[in-house]
Amino acid sequence: MSMNPFCEIAVEEALRLRESKAVDEVVAVSLGPQQVQETLRTALAMGADRAIHVSTEQQLEPLAVAKLLAALARREQPLLCLLGKQAIDGDNNQTGQMLAGLLSWPQATFASKVELDKAASSAKVTREVDGGLETLSCQLPAVITTDLRLNEPRYATLPNIMKAKKKPIAKLTPQELGVDVTQQLVTLQVEEPAQRKGGVVLGSVAELVEKLHKEAKVI
Amino acid sequence: MFGLGLLARAARQHQLQCTVSRLFSSCRPLAAATGAVQQAQPREQLQYDLCIVGAGPAGLSAAIRFKQLCKEDNRDLSVCVIEKGSEVGAHILSGNVFEPRALDELFPKWSEQQGEGQAFADLPLRQKATADRFYMLTQGSSIRLPNPPQMKNRGKNYIISLSELTRWLAKHAEEQGVDVFPGFAGKEVLYDWHNAVVGVATGDMGIAKDGSRKPSYTPGVDLMARLTLFGEGARGSLSQSLMQHYGLREAAGASPQTYALGLKEVWEVPEEQHQPGLVVHTVGYPLDNSTYGGGWIYHMEGRRVSLGLVVGLDYANPSLSPYQEFQAFKRHPLVAATIVGGTCLQYGARSLNEGGLQSIPKLAFPGGALIGCSAGFLNTPKIKGTHTAMKSGIVAGEEAFRALGLADDAGKKGPITLRNYADRMEVSWVYQELERARNIRPGFSKWGLWGGMANAALSTYLLRGREPWTLKHRHADHEATKLARDWPPKDYPKPDGVTTFDIPTSLYRSGTNHNHDQPPHLVLADPGLPEVVNHPQYGGPEAKYCPAGVYEYAADEASGRPRLVINAQNCLHCKACSIKDPRQNITWTVPEGGGGPNYTIM
Repeated sequence: MSMNPFCEIAVEEALRLRESKAVDEVVAVSLGPQQVQETLRTALAMGADRAIHVSTEQQLEPLAVAKLLAALARREQPLLCLLGKQAIDGDNNQTGQMLAGLLSWPQATFASKVELDKAASSAKVTREVDGGLETLSCQLPAVITTDLRLNEPRYATLPNIMKAKKKPIAKLTPQELGVDVTQQLVTLQVEEPAQRKGGVVLGSVAELVEKLHKEAKVI
Repeated sequence: MFGLGLLARAARQHQLQCTVSRLFSSCRPLAAATGAVQQAQPREQLQYDLCIVGAGPAGLSAAIRFKQLCKEDNRDLSVCVIEKGSEVGAHILSGNVFEPRALDELFPKWSEQQGEGQAFADLPLRQKATADRFYMLTQGSSIRLPNPPQMKNRGKNYIISLSELTRWLAKHAEEQGVDVFPGFAGKEVLYDWHNAVVGVATGDMGIAKDGSRKPSYTPGVDLMARLTLFGEGARGSLSQSLMQHYGLREAAGASPQTYALGLKEVWEVPEEQHQPGLVVHTVGYPLDNSTYGGGWIYHMEGRRVSLGLVVGLDYANPSLSPYQEFQAFKRHPLVAATIVGGTCLQYGARSLNEGGLQSIPKLAFPGGALIGCSAGFLNTPKIKGTHTAMKSGIVAGEEAFRALGLADDAGKKGPITLRNYADRMEVSWVYQELERARNIRPGFSKWGLWGGMANAALSTYLLRGREPWTLKHRHADHEATKLARDWPPKDYPKPDGVTTFDIPTSLYRSGTNHNHDQPPHLVLADPGLPEVVNHPQYGGPEAKYCPAGVYEYAADEASGRPRLVINAQNCLHCKACSIKDPRQNITWTVPEGGGGPNYTIM
């Protein structure tokens, strides 16, 4: 199982912050069944110091993930929560934002550049927005979600993968964190996009106008 | 190129007692050539007792057997398996009607421990074969023929996804203490000054298309091992280099290996078209009488159907496209009736060995051995190679344990040679099977479809493989390709998008991907040759036989003449180009680890 690409970027950014001494420790967290341990091992192989696995067989919705991460954040008291902006299977783009809301922390999403000022306990984040780039400053602790151009993640090397096997992965359950993860959303319907129909070659403008009026009903 | 490679390595330090030389280095010619030579960093070395290249059925069986013996004998020996796919099973593609003979040897009581919570509960052998059918296809119809004895699967064998089985084997291996490393490609074999194999170097990662280092550059590591087993599958890149290096084919007096290209899809079909356990094999249409091959339809569990076409790569017509023949196969009423209304889930392609006994090279060399399809134990008339691959892995694992144990007790360091592996294989049921089957495939090359079938019947029913003669494969597959001017170009119909598809659509279903910013892994010894030989003389066969659309001829902007374009990113790692290029101009080298197809149910 490979790590969600935006999460990989988040792990990489965390490691760079530690390497520049802006933070002391990088903790990787993942939530779900036994398989997520592989993702955590990859994070440890990239250089995370320790990992936490919130173990559950329940299908997790973004709000449940946010609640679990909020409970963890209250325990761990981190300076920064770094998340990928979205998971490429769900494409929800909600977890980081909801986490910030639950913790009442500042949030800077779609980060393409992150600068931490440890002394001033603030972060300067450049965000990718529709109109271009927006730079914010926010107090720490904060939630930052990463976008594609923030960095290029490092490869996990074989020696690091071997070392990572010895690093600890703590295991917790939603019950221990006091969070109810029952699903609140019900999927009503899933359908494929309409099949692309072939085009038709027309003879004249008059024919085009007629088809637009009678068949496509747009004029 | 080799000289520059050696220069770049001169500054390296080696921590091992015996110095490592890369006499036959093929890495990094580009970086040196562009003048961007960076200071050679010392590569990290990892030490193992046993290193296995390839997390396929052979490699994993060897690792598991090795660890079983370690446990029994209370010896702590280390073993690792490296795999170029992003995860185990990602590069595994096979029919597959699985004969559990070798699995029974590896896990003698597996069938009794499949209950909930037991050790083999999730072993993916869920569908036994319930019926066998054999058809001769013509353009519009099918004629049922009696099942050849090699195709009797009912009640004995299982219809499986080999990707799933190897994933299960890898999980089991890891639980036994084997280090399995997916995403790491074996780039070079490492030799010592006594010409023994001392390990494998994994490829550097983060090299850009022009050979320079990207910010994410990470050098590979040298996996040093006292014994290295090579289980890369058919036409493995390191196995090929070993065969050249040690002259393994010549040493055994072996015929050239001959191959076929297998194209496969897995479909989910409507309930009424699904007959779980049904095993169908076909010959005839769409292939003509001089092209060897056949099709299959295997009904797996859960409304899934595996189907495909195997095309012998010794075909003569340079404009033949195995991919398009596969689409024609799907159009045949017998096949279409099974898949119409269904959804195609995955697509893939892979070369397979057909040379059998005659093409098996020398198996063991100082410091290493070939296992599985890298050696070539596939039983062609049965079209089964998994059970023989696993058996070779088991035997190699046992011999590895014995040899390492003896060396340890005698206080000997240094590379191990497996002195009994080849002999044990020769007296095993693998060779017995291959001996019986040896004259069937070559009969088709010599006498076409009808002569081949007559010869097959003679050898199977009458002489039972005991005939005193052995037909040889005289040519390698690429030598059989004829010139374009002697053969009418084959015109193939357009895909309908319902049961037949174009290559880009199929490629999407293979999940194949490579980091595009890396040097192309398909290396042409003479980059100018396609324009003077392949295209004018053969009509550009690589654009026809590649099942991934890697090779294309486009009009050059300046001269207007056709120029070969290589879309290496599409590669399915099938190795057909390495096999079929008329002048053997194309060498398939391994791209950055983790790239390639992402098969999950193939």
